[in-house]
Order: sequence, then C-alpha cells, then structure tokens
Amino acid sequence: MSTAPAEVKEPGTGEVTDVDLPWKVIVWNDPINLMSYVTFVFQKLFGYSHEKAHKLMLDVHQKGKAVVSHGPREKAELDVFRLHEHGLWATMEHDS
Amino acid sequence: MGDDGARQLSPLFNRRLIRWDSRAGVFRVEMDSRLREVLRELMQQFLSMLDDPDSPVLKRVFPPAYSDPAHVALQDEYRRLTQEDLVERRRVEVQTVLDSVEARALSEEQVLAWSRAVNGLRLALGTYLDVKEEEPIRMPRNAEESAYQWLSWLLEETVEALSGKT
Repeated sequence: MSTAPAEVKEPGTGEVTDVDLPWKVIVWNDPINLMSYVTFVFQKLFGYSHEKAHKLMLDVHQKGKAVVSHGPREKAELDVFRLHEHGLWATMEHDS
Repeated sequence: MGDDGARQLSPLFNRRLIRWDSRAGVFRVEMDSRLREVLRELMQQFLSMLDDPDSPVLKRVFPPAYSDPAHVALQDEYRRLTQEDLVERRRVEVQTVLDSVEARALSEEQVLAWSRAVNGLRLALGTYLDVKEEEPIRMPRNAEESAYQWLSWLLEETVEALSGKT
C-alpha cells in the first residue's frame, strides 16, 4: 500500500479546480434490477456483509437512491465503472 | 426494483435451475435442452445488439456516470475511456454463456458471467418494454415479455446459487 502523503494545498496558493472536490457515488432505484441481484453486487464489490448490503439495497429501493461510496474523482469513477459493469444505475456527483 | 418474473407466475417455475454442489465444488445446471436453446437464441440476439452500443435500447446497459449537466465534459471523457471496455466485457460474458450453454456443471466465474450477461439483456428488454416499478405480475403478452420473465427467473436462480455457496 502506498504511504505517500496526500497532496496538501496551502490556503491561497494554487487553485482548487472543480474536479478536485470530493465526490459521492449514488445508486439509483430502477424498475428492472432485482433486489437480490443488487444486494449481491453490493456484497461482491464493496465486501459488505449480507445484512449491510441488504439494508443499502432497501435504501435504494425505498428512498429512490443511496450513496454507496465517497472519495476523490478517480476512486469514485472506478466505483461507478464497476457498478456499470454489473448493470447497476450508478452516477457520481460532488459530495456537498 | 424488479421481480423474479416467471417464478411468481406458476408452480411450473418453482424448481431450481442452478444450484451449488458443495461436494463436487461446482454449480449444477438443471435446464432441459429446450430452455438451453432459448438461452442460446437470446444471447445470440444480445450479442448482435451490442454491435450498436449507442442504441437507445441499451441506455440502461451503458448508463452515464455524470448526470449533472455541469459535468458534460467529464461524461464525454468517461464514455470515451470506458465505453469500448464495457462493451467488450459484455461481449466476453455473453460469449461465456454461449460457450457453456450445454454444460451440466459451471465454475463460479462462469456463473458470475451468466449473471452479468442475463442481467444485461434484462436491462435492454426492460428498457424496450418500458417496465415500470411495482407492476403486477401477469402472463406475458408477447415474446419479449416472455423472455424478460424467463431471464428474471434465471437471474434470481444464479444469484441464489452464488449466495448459497458463501
């Protein structure tokens, strides 16, 4: 694992561009994906217990969406890619 | 979210299609030749649909990563960097199903490929059929509805088999 320190920006020096802000990954409810399949994908991709994955799936189903991960753009984009690879409806937006 | 389709329609669809055999360390596929032929035909059609990944019917198979209109440039970049890869992965999964459609025993990797391929085609068919949330289960009215319900049953079976292993 890398031990390189995170790049720290001094206040007032350099501009923080839009894409540098933290991101969140959202999975949206849809009428096609099966509850059991969504739960299974959450377990497989994020290593969650069945209980935790099931609860997250119910959040998606009942509230229409759920945040499944946070992080810098590269990590969020990779998570979105893996969710898309499994057919889930995932998007990313700024974590505000 | 969706439902497991055909399995809820009739006791005929209550039997297992795929199950984990812990003694042999393989997944057993218990489908007759007619069901295997249906799966082969559906996967061949899905393979040809993938030749046109920008088709509206595949919009749920290849959804956007960035939904905010302010991030349209990032979305263009995401599509440019990932679309080819996502299409190729789908093709490989569908080909895995076609190559193992007659198999009596499958590895975990193969069952995972089956689950992603079956779900991918369900997404395309569900988009085509404009499936809505909480629709009552009813008998299929056409070939697409019939295929959708059957694939939903098969996906539920693969997920149960995979979950049963752990």
